[in-house]
Amino acid sequence: MNKIFEIKDLSAGYGDDIVLRDINLVVNDLDFIGIIGPNGGGKTTLLKVILGLIKPYRGTITFYNGRQQKKSENTIGYLPQINQIDLRFPISVTDVVLSGLMSKEGLFSRYSGKQRKHAEDLLKQLGIFELRNKPIGGLSGGQLQRVYLCRAIVSSPRLLMLDEPNTFVDSRFENDFHKILKDLNNKMAIIIVSHDVGTITWYVKTIACVNRNLHYHPTNIITQKQLASYNCPIQIITHGDVPHTVLEKHKL
Amino acid sequence: MLHTTGNYLTNKNTGNQVKMTELFFELLNYKFFSNALLASFFTSINCGIIGTYIVSRRLVFISGGITHASFGGIGIGYFFGFNPIISAVIFAVLSALGIEFLAKKADVREDSLIGIFWSFGMALGIIFIFLTPGYAPNLMGYLFGSLLTVTSFDISLMTALTIIVAGFFLLFYKVILFIAFDQEYAKTHKAPVQFITYILIGLVAVTIVLSIKIAGIILVISLLTIPQTIANLFTKNFKYIIYLSVIIAFFGAFSGLILSYSLNIPSGASIIMSLVCAFIIAKLFSILVTYIKISKSVLLLNKKI
Ligand SMILES: Nc1ncnc2c1ncn2[C@@H]1O[C@H](COP(=O)(O)OP(=O)(O)OP(=O)(O)O)[C@@H](O)[C@H]1O
Ligand SMILES: [Mg+2]
Repeated sequence: MNKIFEIKDLSAGYGDDIVLRDINLVVNDLDFIGIIGPNGGGKTTLLKVILGLIKPYRGTITFYNGRQQKKSENTIGYLPQINQIDLRFPISVTDVVLSGLMSKEGLFSRYSGKQRKHAEDLLKQLGIFELRNKPIGGLSGGQLQRVYLCRAIVSSPRLLMLDEPNTFVDSRFENDFHKILKDLNNKMAIIIVSHDVGTITWYVKTIACVNRNLHYHPTNIITQKQLASYNCPIQIITHGDVPHTVLEKHKL
Repeated sequence: MLHTTGNYLTNKNTGNQVKMTELFFELLNYKFFSNALLASFFTSINCGIIGTYIVSRRLVFISGGITHASFGGIGIGYFFGFNPIISAVIFAVLSALGIEFLAKKADVREDSLIGIFWSFGMALGIIFIFLTPGYAPNLMGYLFGSLLTVTSFDISLMTALTIIVAGFFLLFYKVILFIAFDQEYAKTHKAPVQFITYILIGLVAVTIVLSIKIAGIILVISLLTIPQTIANLFTKNFKYIIYLSVIIAFFGAFSGLILSYSLNIPSGASIIMSLVCAFIIAKLFSILVTYIKISKSVLLLNKKI
């Protein structure tokens, strides 16, 4: 397995508020890591450090070049948690998806027919093709989330990072969503942040608990006791009406 | 002369059409009129493009701040005896960059900063104008707009700005759109977010100052927002808003020019009047269209049941 990046003894935060302390983490190709942790634990901050949006106070994060990767190519596809995005901004769904190709393209060039086709295929796959010409202001929360997923994967990145993507998603789409992620995982590594431990443990490969520190848990089966020992004060919730999660509960 | 031609325009008989065209070509012979027309043309392009950026990114307040701050530059120009537009451009660009920079670095809220720059520029302008010995010529023109006194020099500045603004948007359209839409996401793609945002706020400042001749400090903001608001009633696409706003702005400037000339009122006020009228008509029209659409679909629903 090729390393995508390695974080060593990293601390980061905002102003004098140190949010993350002494983080160590290695992410390899085709990993599928679920990040869990309490509110304010620093999950979003960690993703932003990986994206280079926040400079660490201390420690390093090193990216390794993949085999066929060109320098200009975008390594990470990102689906942010809350969007500070202005929903009344005059931009169409298709344009939002195409913005995921920003760094793959030069600053000047126009999109090729092939890229547009690819974007449309993704929209079809996620069941929002009919919305392609709509302004983003006219979408529901769940539809918007799917658009952002398209934007995150349209460049076929090496690593996909999702910050609580299932907040708005209904349970019918949630199943599809998990299948889509599993499929994507054949081609790219995935890091997904979620509060819903009961659900994500069902499809991730490994788990990282982030609560100011990071504890890496090398399997997808985790018990309440282990969570406690990781200093990760969250509950494993069972979803009575979603069958697969109950199954998972039995496995525990 | 002003009054006789004025009668042509207010004349409401059937020969009106012919006389209007006659008048138009007659006016074209006058340098001041062709200058005013050229100025309207270039300003419409500049304001159509830059205004779309302002409205989409909700920069109306900062634009108001830059506009008023530029008055400081005008005062300085009067006092030291050089073209007030030049010093206003410099002053406005520095204020724009200052607001943008300090809001990021100095941990002061952006809207408070805008308030400070807004009043500081105005105060500075007032002080310098009062310190300037004698009478400040054309001051009313800077405050309320005076399309009919546009000089060839003003026009060459506007033309240069049009080339820069249109060229910049043609070349970088995609990046500008994506950065304006979602700065943080653009940063994850290593797009030159800071650089582009600074350039754009600089262009906002220059566009504002070069449009002051037409609409005046007090009213120029409307030239950057009303056309876009009208366009936005009909399209939610950034590019089409630009195209439509350019056309609407030109319509407003042109009819404002005719009004200003025939009634001998400041062009800023007449332009805004025609734009506001256009807005009301457009709004009524769009309400009508939605109403028809809704009643159509209700009719369909009733048929199905
Ligand atoms: N822009 C910011 N400026 C200052 N402090 C911040 C900022 N963003 C987050 N913080 C602080 O950093 C800490 C971690 O925030 P972060 O968003 O990383 O948590 P999280 O684990 O993603 O939480 P959640 O589950 O609620 O999304 C919080 O205590 C928060 O107050
Ligand atoms: Mg978060």
